[in-house]
Amino acid sequence: MTARFRIGDVVRIRRAFPPGHVRTPYFTRGMSGVVDSVVGSFHNPEDLAYGRYNDATLPLYRVRFKQADLWPDYDGPARDTTIVDIYENWLEPAEGEQQ
Amino acid sequence: MDCVGINGVRRVHDMGGLDAGPIDREEPEHARWEKRIDAIRALCSKRKLMRTDELRRTTEDLGPGLYDALSYHERRCAAITNMLLQKSLFTVDELGRKMAEVERRWAKAGKP
Repeated sequence: MTARFRIGDVVRIRRAFPPGHVRTPYFTRGMSGVVDSVVGSFHNPEDLAYGRYNDATLPLYRVRFKQADLWPDYDGPARDTTIVDIYENWLEPAEGEQQ
Repeated sequence: MDCVGINGVRRVHDMGGLDAGPIDREEPEHARWEKRIDAIRALCSKRKLMRTDELRRTTEDLGPGLYDALSYHERRCAAITNMLLQKSLFTVDELGRKMAEVERRWAKAGKP
């Protein structure tokens, strides 16, 4: 599958939090970050988790967030970031300055 | 720690950013039963009875309370058991009878 986003694109993690095996950490939902790298395409772990095995693959990204954006009481340096692996189905294009 | 995102709603296993206290860097001694759990996990993978993602899912599904109360290997044991039951590898009744059989065997051998 061709990756929809490129390095530097600003993306937002969908806020959805359905019951079940959801592979977005809670502190990223609804938050904007920047595509740090495109890792490759892999089977969707949210399908594999329920024994749904097929050939379909999904692009996986490393998305970079500013720590200060994620945590209201973050007291580290402003340049601190955290990088989270997120599959493409969880990403939406977002407004913001490309980095 | 509170987060900015949505409303901080998370499931029990989703612990990123929480205060965790000091890290115990002692190398743990593994009991024989813990090694057996790991062997069963490896066998289930080799025979394609489960994927890592299924083990994660069934571990998360233990839910708050049990997830926190059990040790790492106890969680794995419970999760693998639930998964193999769901996949009809054995029935609850068969499991119960086997557990009783093992208990009797251990009692006879004078094991705790």
